[in-house]
Amino acid sequence: MGKRIIIDPITRIEGHLRIEVEIENGKVKDAWCSGQMFRGIEMMLTGRDPRDAHHFVQRSCGVCTYVHALSSVRAVEDACNITIPDNARLIRNLIHGAQFQHDHLVHFYHLHALDWVDIVSALDADPVKTAKLSENVSGMPQKSEYFREIQDKLKTFVSSGQLGPFNNGYWGHSAYLLPPEANLMAASHYIEALKLQAKAARMHAVFGGKNPHPQFLVVGGVTSVKDLSADRIHEFGEIWKETTDFIDKIYIPDLLAIASFYKDWGAIGGNNDAFLAYGDFANDTAENEKLMPAGFIRKGLEVENINPDMITEDVTRAWYEKGKARHPFAGETRPIQGEPVYDTDKSYSWLKAPRYDGLAAEVGPLARVLVAYAHGNADVQAAVNGVLKKLSIGKEALFSTLGRTAARAIETQVIGNAMGDWLETLKSNIASGDKKTYQAWEMPKTGKGFGLNDVPRGALGHWIEIEDSKIKNYQYVVPSTWNFGPADAKGNKGPVERSLIGTPVADASKPLEILRTVHSYDPCIACAVHVVDPESNETYKVQVV
Amino acid sequence: MEEKDRNQEFYDRLEAKGVSRRDFLKYCTALTASMGLTLSCTGQVVKAVEKAAASPRPPVIWLHFGECTGCSEAFLRTPDVGAIILETISVEYHETIMAASGHQAEKSLHDAVEKYKGKFVCVVEGSIATKYNGGYGKVADRSFLEIAKSIIPNAAATIALGTCAAYGGLPAAAPNPGGYKGVKDAIGVATINLPGCPPNPLNLLATIVKYLNKEKIELDELGRPLFAYAETVHDRCPRLKHFENDEYVEEFGSKEAELGYCLYKMGCRGPETYNNCPTAKFNDGTSFPIQAGHPCIGCSEPGFWDTMTPFYEEA
Repeated sequence: MGKRIIIDPITRIEGHLRIEVEIENGKVKDAWCSGQMFRGIEMMLTGRDPRDAHHFVQRSCGVCTYVHALSSVRAVEDACNITIPDNARLIRNLIHGAQFQHDHLVHFYHLHALDWVDIVSALDADPVKTAKLSENVSGMPQKSEYFREIQDKLKTFVSSGQLGPFNNGYWGHSAYLLPPEANLMAASHYIEALKLQAKAARMHAVFGGKNPHPQFLVVGGVTSVKDLSADRIHEFGEIWKETTDFIDKIYIPDLLAIASFYKDWGAIGGNNDAFLAYGDFANDTAENEKLMPAGFIRKGLEVENINPDMITEDVTRAWYEKGKARHPFAGETRPIQGEPVYDTDKSYSWLKAPRYDGLAAEVGPLARVLVAYAHGNADVQAAVNGVLKKLSIGKEALFSTLGRTAARAIETQVIGNAMGDWLETLKSNIASGDKKTYQAWEMPKTGKGFGLNDVPRGALGHWIEIEDSKIKNYQYVVPSTWNFGPADAKGNKGPVERSLIGTPVADASKPLEILRTVHSYDPCIACAVHVVDPESNETYKVQVV
Repeated sequence: MEEKDRNQEFYDRLEAKGVSRRDFLKYCTALTASMGLTLSCTGQVVKAVEKAAASPRPPVIWLHFGECTGCSEAFLRTPDVGAIILETISVEYHETIMAASGHQAEKSLHDAVEKYKGKFVCVVEGSIATKYNGGYGKVADRSFLEIAKSIIPNAAATIALGTCAAYGGLPAAAPNPGGYKGVKDAIGVATINLPGCPPNPLNLLATIVKYLNKEKIELDELGRPLFAYAETVHDRCPRLKHFENDEYVEEFGSKEAELGYCLYKMGCRGPETYNNCPTAKFNDGTSFPIQAGHPCIGCSEPGFWDTMTPFYEEA
């Protein structure tokens, strides 16, 4: 029996996550993920007005803000047979694209970077050499004076003795491999990205009123018709350009520069065969084609069409009243009535275990990029091949912690670029006199619908059943539930638990390597805790997406 | 160090970052406006921010309970938040941004409470599960309830940031499965409440500035600072004249919606909601929900998930 260690709280994430691992001979032998908070949003929705649901579910998470609201209105629109106007589709796509740009940037610099970048080592860097490095790798190189100034600022900060958020980090850990100059360059961009993200979020506010939790979606379209002015669209476009520039010239080069020192991680943190993507960013209101395609990969790079009926959730190892694994449609919510007992041999999480055709599937940037690649998506193939070539690594290295982090950057670029086209289409619609942003509709007495979406952390599905024009049942199966869920009835572990196995851990008291793989999934645990425990095993018409 | 020298040093640091004294004064003017103060008060705000930038930086411990991290995200949207985090205050514990995890994170928390006992500002985000011994929400084996009871009484002041920490918010919406409550109701301590879903980060900054300036922060009976929450959204709504002229939107996407008429008949809760959204706005003054054509949902009022719903029906 190896040594067990618990990391709780996992920080630089959304929500309350606990990771336990067993370490033997310097490697992880077994792992358990546990969500530590339960709110029960679906339970609150029962009996309410379906039009209100998106406001509730948006508060699943303030980091992946907007995405649940979007999925919710799509589910209600499906249930009520509403086709939204083209301008509404474009504005929703633009806000969704802005969310990817913002969320992925913040993840890379503020949530993930400190797993690879030793801030303290940056103090030893030579600013002249750092400027040379920046000139070699960056599309927006900075001068030595700039790096010296940042370094001085860091020195002042460290010598103040108040390290604040950098206190007790794993600085000096043997697994940090960047030279001081690369650390200084990355630390500088940490600060730049902090500024940029506040600006990038303004894209949401232009058409959405505010960020986080934009408030402009309604079932049937969007409300911000008054913001379809030339000035407002220009304002959005300028922020988009600046953000896209940062992604192209700073984020992607930083990713490649850092990854080049950590190529070993192209063989660590993988272990998953199955990948699931629902796809997103419809190219027309009929949603026939999506920028990021849907698909399921059972193994390798063979992609299948998805069938929503194959989705089930298992509660065997979660803190809910026990029952069989069921499809999310038609459900009942039954958290245990009492203080949960954490026991890795029994139940150990508020997260349930979603399965596709009985398999634990990884969702998120890596799944989307693999599915798009397997589908032959030209933009994604070009971007992936470019990254592999620059790093001189093979395709097999995609199935790893390194691959997951690279896939996130790749899709940020692909989706960000597409935003330019949507903005142009929006402009030409308006120029032709089409300002329609809302489709009038009537609430039916009964209805059933769902929306399958892909959001920064992965495949997200919302299911709604309406009775007497009220919500009878509402369920959602969320990306971090797919990734961070516990083992199922058969004892098969969740994707993150699997990924952690085999991870080298140099110092069990400073498990930096564990954080790398956990953060590479960008956990959002408040989203992940949901209750769907269907009593009736009602089936729904098969709709192959 | 003399106050004058310290100020000079502060401006030198700003200059080094490419921020001129003029830019800084402009920023303080905006902050002053958001605090509902007359512009003649700008001088006081400048002084407070200068003082705040002095060493040692005032320590802040930020606790996350039953929440969605939206309040933290809102705070991170403050223009030049980097300068606030790295140069103005000292964020001793904040799970979303701190480098340390696990034992090391716990150590940061306990060391900070020990070192700054009675001196730190505690910012709380999220509500506290009280049912089942607080069992529905835990960090490092301790319930939110236990953590709140052990940390918050040591703070010099506690800011309940967002509607959840202030009054229970979303987790407390019916049927409130975990018995979630706001900080004051859960553990009986006095809090400065800054509700909103999310709260406006300018109101947080203004509160911190006033606190550091040792100004008395006048609160209403719901614990909200009067500088931000004395008037309703309706009182300061840019669409108020349409309300007075009986010019209403009666359907989204209509001509009236395009003309920016009053959203009262679409369910706007502006008349019952105390907050400064129309004047402070969000994301560096970019917009606020009514400007985006969506009715106010009353997100800074206690119990709004139950009392203000269904949102799209006229009150």
